[in-house]
Amino acid sequence: MNELLTIMKSEWVISLLIFLLLFIKLGKGMKNESLLLLIQVLLLLNFIGGFFFNTEGSLFAGMYHSTALIILQKNILSLGVYLISLLFADWFKRSEHLTEYFILMLSALLGMFFLISSGNLLMFFLALELATIPVAAMANFDLGKKISSEAAMKMILSSAFSSGILLFGISLVYGATGTINFAELPAQMNNGPLHILAFVFLFTAFAFKLSVVPFHLWTADVYEGAPMATTSFLSVLSKGAVAFIFISTLNKVFLPMQEIWYNMVMILSILTMIIGNLFALRQQNIKRFLAFSSIAQVGFILVGVSGKEPESTASVVFFILVYLFSNLAAFGVAGIISAMTGKENVNDYKGLYQTNPFLSWVLALALFSLAGIPPTAGFFGKLFLLTAGGTKASYLFITIAALNMIVSLYYYLRVIRAVFMDKNEEPVEKLVVNPSARLGLLICGAGILLTGILSWVYDYIQSLC
Amino acid sequence: MMEPGLYHILFISATLFFIGVFGFFTRRNLITMLMSVELILNSVNLNFIAFNKYVWPNRLDGVFFTIFVIAIAAAEAATAIAIIINLYRSHHSIDVENAEEMKY
Repeated sequence: MNELLTIMKSEWVISLLIFLLLFIKLGKGMKNESLLLLIQVLLLLNFIGGFFFNTEGSLFAGMYHSTALIILQKNILSLGVYLISLLFADWFKRSEHLTEYFILMLSALLGMFFLISSGNLLMFFLALELATIPVAAMANFDLGKKISSEAAMKMILSSAFSSGILLFGISLVYGATGTINFAELPAQMNNGPLHILAFVFLFTAFAFKLSVVPFHLWTADVYEGAPMATTSFLSVLSKGAVAFIFISTLNKVFLPMQEIWYNMVMILSILTMIIGNLFALRQQNIKRFLAFSSIAQVGFILVGVSGKEPESTASVVFFILVYLFSNLAAFGVAGIISAMTGKENVNDYKGLYQTNPFLSWVLALALFSLAGIPPTAGFFGKLFLLTAGGTKASYLFITIAALNMIVSLYYYLRVIRAVFMDKNEEPVEKLVVNPSARLGLLICGAGILLTGILSWVYDYIQSLC
Repeated sequence: MMEPGLYHILFISATLFFIGVFGFFTRRNLITMLMSVELILNSVNLNFIAFNKYVWPNRLDGVFFTIFVIAIAAAEAATAIAIIINLYRSHHSIDVENAEEMKY
């Protein structure tokens, strides 16, 4: 009984927070400002508490398991939710349904925690659904806007379809092996046709959730239509959680099929990088631009995934941490500008440096990190990903990935040029940035600069793998 | 009279799956698309039950999985219909062709 409480500690805390918010909603209405402050403090406590009193172990006959690496991954996700609550304060304060929004966000976070910890395909499926269905509802929270409901519709239909495909794959796995337990599956797996078919179905579902080309078509529309907070949640946390479980299933459950999945990951990675980059070149809307850039980043994550253990896991976890800081900073700046002025076009960012130097510098830092320029952490993240991909000695693949980094530099610099160098008659007026959003941007900026330079971050992650 | 075996049921479930996929891609009405997804999920249920009965009668994972799939399908349908109602309020239509503000 005691074990049940200690091993599942992080999940209990999140459930408790959800219930607390529900009771706040039922009780007397609070003002949005004080409610948001309370939520921010609770999420900060949740993030700090994630480092203490952790127990490793497994529960429910191996359905749920927890290791030091998994606890670290959960802490990264908690940090992401805390940063989102800080960065989009302007939008949250005007929202009519603040409590519901955070209840949905925390439910999705709970689903991600269970997803990372799952040791059984049943648990995995339930957690994946818990992590995606609330996000579709979150995409609809700009209730007055037409594109918001369109985005939510596209999200729920594509996620329902992909979970149908996932389930068909799971049913074939069960038919072929007779078990759905991650611990028992590797011994039963072989290169038989039914196994390969089942694997292809499962892989497709993962590719849908990670928005790997050719399953990326929903991404840009959902990112553009959904509110900024949802977009950043979707692009950083959902992707991060799915990438964590993806790499651990590939390297543990599907280890006997390594040669097959290596080729699949390699081809899809090349396609994802190239198509993500090419479409990002011509985007005018900043959200669509960041959507295609995040598709290209997923291609780079797949380079790391294709490598050998333990380098692959270490590099992917490190990259997700870096990606969290840089992408949240970029979305944070875009969110502040969009919430205050309604401008979302890259051309509107011209001359931003004259009026808002702080926002411009943070945006530049974030975009440099996403492009992978030293000394930002993004460079080290990409470096480790490519090194991990190189452990399988397919140098053509690594060369293509490195060339794609150069292409991506072009469109990131295009935005930076618009911000710093282009003249504009009517630039965005001087914005008063909310103190909590400023704090969030500072944390992101510090993260971008420090995670790369402090070498113990990567060493610590590698020691856990 | 021939007893239906595993292959018959697998044939039916695979057919159901692809009818669902076909419907999802060709239908333009949101409710019909949702129904197509339900077809896919139900074909999975048939698969689980058939594998459980004919191949692995001692391992009840398949039956349990089916129960969870039904529950999740209900949750998904509830969320999807809530979103569709909201879409109808803003677009006055539940045809996907009318929800096309974002492209490329």
